Amino acid sequence: MLLMALATRTDRKQRTDRKRADGRPSAVRTLWGSTIGKKAVMAVSGLIMLGYLVAHMFGNLKIFFGAAEFNGYAHWLRTMGEPILHYEWALWIVRLVLVAAVVLHAVCAYQLSRRDLAARPTGYAHRRRRASYATRTMRWGGIILALFIVWHILDLTTGTVHSGGFQPGHPYQNVIDTFSTWYGNTVYLVAMLALGLHVQHGFWSAAQTLGVGSATRERMLKATANALALVLTAGFVAVPVAVMTGVVS
Amino acid sequence: MRLTLRVWRQPGADAPGAMVTYPLDGISEDMSFLEMLDTLNEELILKGDEPVAFDHDCREGICGACGVVINGDAHGPERTTTCQLHMRHFADGDTIDVEPWRAGAFPVVRDLVVDRSAFDRIIGSGGYITAPTGAAPEAHATPVPKPDADFAFEHAECIGCGACVAACPNGSAMLFTSAKVNHLNVLPQGAPERETRVLDMVATMDEEGFGGCTLAGECATACPKGIPLPSIAAMNKEWLRAARRGAR
Repeated sequence: MLLMALATRTDRKQRTDRKRADGRPSAVRTLWGSTIGKKAVMAVSGLIMLGYLVAHMFGNLKIFFGAAEFNGYAHWLRTMGEPILHYEWALWIVRLVLVAAVVLHAVCAYQLSRRDLAARPTGYAHRRRRASYATRTMRWGGIILALFIVWHILDLTTGTVHSGGFQPGHPYQNVIDTFSTWYGNTVYLVAMLALGLHVQHGFWSAAQTLGVGSATRERMLKATANALALVLTAGFVAVPVAVMTGVVS
Repeated sequence: MRLTLRVWRQPGADAPGAMVTYPLDGISEDMSFLEMLDTLNEELILKGDEPVAFDHDCREGICGACGVVINGDAHGPERTTTCQLHMRHFADGDTIDVEPWRAGAFPVVRDLVVDRSAFDRIIGSGGYITAPTGAAPEAHATPVPKPDADFAFEHAECIGCGACVAACPNGSAMLFTSAKVNHLNVLPQGAPERETRVLDMVATMDEEGFGGCTLAGECATACPKGIPLPSIAAMNKEWLRAARRGAR
């Protein structure tokens, strides 16, 4: 309290670390140099990935309408944007944006996590866990999802680790191949459950970080987060389940 | 009441510490938690042992000096300060774990006492209004809309006890800082320094080594004054607005 009284008499501490030549701080430096800024980067990159996932899920569901529609959709992904854009240009733009989002999200998560763990060097002897399962598993969930993305691309985009002859341009058959193996199904189902939990806490957190959250919007944001998590998980899981049960073959 | 206490004992900042068990009898359920610790200390002094060091001042729940982690909960099982927590919330025969606030930014001074001057430095970097205001002004000179006044009062309730940091899995001071920022930024008197206040206070918070916010919500559950979790979202909004404007 003495400090508060003193502070009213002293000049404001000049922060040189945030200043540009014209005396104003660079917005990027302010953003990257702060925990709130890094969280904002995570929120925006997370929302970009979330938007992509919704589109990806709808695309996947076309598998229920047969090989022609599914493969046709996959081909359209390469021709979209034509004739303004060349073949596959739009797809590569999407890929670049996604890679940037994944990298920024992961780097911020790593840096913030290291900071968070260092902020409590000595733990409590009596530990109580109050936060939800989704909240507590954000870090491990993120690692699981990162590993899944690598496997998923090697399996169904490049075909490097694909089981039983990868056929470029025939995603319908490739998907059925993957979900005809026990490990393909296991990896996918675990990752989609992790995704649901990650989105449930992540979407709501992103809203808080971007300052959208308030007491009155709390229920709406929580409900949206739950709905997104549930719909995405169900939509993605539907494909392997359909292959396993023979609905799609 | 007969209790078994397990208390963190640490003779000094750099000395190693450990949980030490003390049986305690003759505790009344009308005692406060601190009076129970006083009883323990009287016994320790009579036996020639060192009493347990703990912070306390007003013992009416308004100063923010006291605070220990009781069975893993900052300020114990009730939404109040440790001094206002009564022993009736425990059962005869209970074992109670008592630990100091745990955070890198709050180093242990001795036993249950931690150094919370990091909070003072956060306040010192913007938690005030620079203009010399003199005596209290006439109340109607500067009109404040009722919702803004309510919002400011809600955040002004923060007593700076540090329970939010102790409860946060990341040792983050976001709830404390947001209470101070929101309290002043919503009022006309705080408006001229709105941007620098939030940028500087958050920068100091980061420099002091507090963790980041992962919206676990444990701070708001532990806060004896009920500072709500959306306060953090409100501060994030202020911070992003200030960062966009490139405030000086």
